[in-house]
Amino acid sequence: MPDRVLDVRGLKVSFATHEGVVRAVDGVDFALGRREVLAIVGESGSGKSATALSLLGLTRARNATLEGAVEFEGADLLRMSEAQLRAVRGHRIAMIFQDPMTSLNPVQPVGDQIVEAIRAHERMARSAARSRAAELLAQVGIAHAHERLDDYPHRFSGGMRQRVMIAMAIACNPDVLIADEPTTALDVTIQAQIFELLARVREQTGSAMILITHDLGLATAVADSALVMYGGRIVERGAVGEVFRDPQHPYTWGLLGAIPRLDRPRPRRLYAIGGAPPRLGDAPTGCRFRSRCPHAFEACVNEPPLVARGAAPGHEDRCWISGPERAELRPKAVVGGRAGW
Amino acid sequence: MSEILLEARDLVKHFPVRKGVRRRQVGAVRAVDGVSLQVRAGETLGLVGESGSGKSTLARCLVRMLMPTAGEIEFGGRRIEGLGDAALRPLRRELQMVFQDPYASLNPRKRVGAIVGAPLRMHQIGDRAARRKRVLELLEAVGLTPDHYERFPHEFSGGQRQRVSIARALALAPRLIVADEPVSALDVSVQAQILNLLADLRDELGLTYVFVSHDLAVVRQVSDRVAVMYLGRLVEVSPAEELYQRPIMPYTAALLAAVPEAAPPAGRERIVLRGEVASALAPPPGCRLHPRCPFATDVCREVEPPLRDFGGGHVAACHHPLNVNQEVSRNAAEGSASSQP
Repeated sequence: MPDRVLDVRGLKVSFATHEGVVRAVDGVDFALGRREVLAIVGESGSGKSATALSLLGLTRARNATLEGAVEFEGADLLRMSEAQLRAVRGHRIAMIFQDPMTSLNPVQPVGDQIVEAIRAHERMARSAARSRAAELLAQVGIAHAHERLDDYPHRFSGGMRQRVMIAMAIACNPDVLIADEPTTALDVTIQAQIFELLARVREQTGSAMILITHDLGLATAVADSALVMYGGRIVERGAVGEVFRDPQHPYTWGLLGAIPRLDRPRPRRLYAIGGAPPRLGDAPTGCRFRSRCPHAFEACVNEPPLVARGAAPGHEDRCWISGPERAELRPKAVVGGRAGW
Repeated sequence: MSEILLEARDLVKHFPVRKGVRRRQVGAVRAVDGVSLQVRAGETLGLVGESGSGKSTLARCLVRMLMPTAGEIEFGGRRIEGLGDAALRPLRRELQMVFQDPYASLNPRKRVGAIVGAPLRMHQIGDRAARRKRVLELLEAVGLTPDHYERFPHEFSGGQRQRVSIARALALAPRLIVADEPVSALDVSVQAQILNLLADLRDELGLTYVFVSHDLAVVRQVSDRVAVMYLGRLVEVSPAEELYQRPIMPYTAALLAAVPEAAPPAGRERIVLRGEVASALAPPPGCRLHPRCPFATDVCREVEPPLRDFGGGHVAACHHPLNVNQEVSRNAAEGSASSQP
């Protein structure tokens, strides 16, 4: 990819805790192209959020160790000082969090909060910033934007608050938007509206996006490419349609088989993987998924490399099971289909 | 057709809104605003809607955790809407509930054995040894093991906790279980396990479920019939598969279209709702959906459409029904104003 905005290499994030070192992210590589939408898909404890938060230094803490490199415009975000990072965060790379109920200051009018976000990065008079804030609110579909500047967050519904968060995130026309489960707390009809809005603002600003989600169907509807994470590692990646139609890794089969699908006949039972996702950093060595994998065998004590096995270029996965065997083991319920709005 | 186990007639639940020092009532949240439905023995009735639709309030009225403001509830041939606590106690043996959040619905200070055995103790069933034996059977039935008996809830994952909740609900061998978003708080791989478990238990024990969820795909997986709620009213009730193939109310169609895995069949237009659910303090006049509905006309703004029978147990409340040919629609209009779902 010649035109990449973000290049993540060998990213490791670990935390020293009372119960030992937790390896939240254990060696992750990916690149984000200009205007690309990349989905990082996984369950709780997969390391998907820790990966995204680390890009912006939001996992920096006394007990945290970060390794690897995150290259953005020729500089390494992991090695930047807090002051340097502040110039990037919210300006060139902005974040939209999951819970719009807790990410706004409840005792400050939303207009002031947007003005603050603008003036943190751009020299602009208060009055000008205020007009810009009203423009932004209008841009994200809030009616009577000017009057609503002085409203407090509790006057907005969940979907509206998420719109305010998006207005704040795009205030400085960022190159990269990171959206961490932006619609998990919202109803499906509102989810569809929010992603329509995100598509529109990306069209206007030309920004790339990293979408963190547990929902492979949503990822397929929204993203260009996907990383599937498990236990702090990437287990499968590729163009999102390929991963969805032709999943290669047994964990991806499990993720797809576990969701009841509206696009096919209803099975009597869902294809479910046993056990629960490992707690953060608690995955076994070797293949992280082997303790839950119904097809694990001796080789799985060693971790397989990411290798292209799917038909399409760039579709890679991390599994020792050979191609022909896979074709036999893979449940039919998880192959094919399409997603999208 | 099997017997009717539970029936609600014109059920209403309003929550008063009080203001000022004298706490005068200034309005009411009309959470459930005239709902009639029947649950037949052995079936699973799915109840879907967005947040604010009143689905949880309706569920809680049906199990009499809440006392309805008006209307009738008949369970097993007996009127239960007005029963007091003492009169309700024997009913609790037959009517149980499973909640959404397995972290909040188990007492953290009690061992799992005591939690699951509590209903038996309260109803003075068997001696200690017999109760212990029954609890061990229940744990096994939900996929837990005897050594879980002495453990505390915090030692369990979300999925295991939900299994404990289900075991507790089963302890008194109820006839009806009302499950309110029982898998919404779980990771997708675990969600599939719990859905399979609920299906197995239903087949083994001949249970009847009312399954409340915002997730249409999940509801389709478990339900025989589905009831769709909007702003305190039922807007469509139908055999499950029929509802997904041929939604009549635009609201249902829009909900389906908002699910990313449900790329609409080629040629069918995608229906998008504007805005958000109106306030249940002052529902819109006429059809409650009209401010959001792309098909709304004058009649929708003035006249609330009654539930009309479109044949095959499919009823819907809409002036502009979808997927229905003219003749059926006319017959429904002539035959129905009073039809009951």
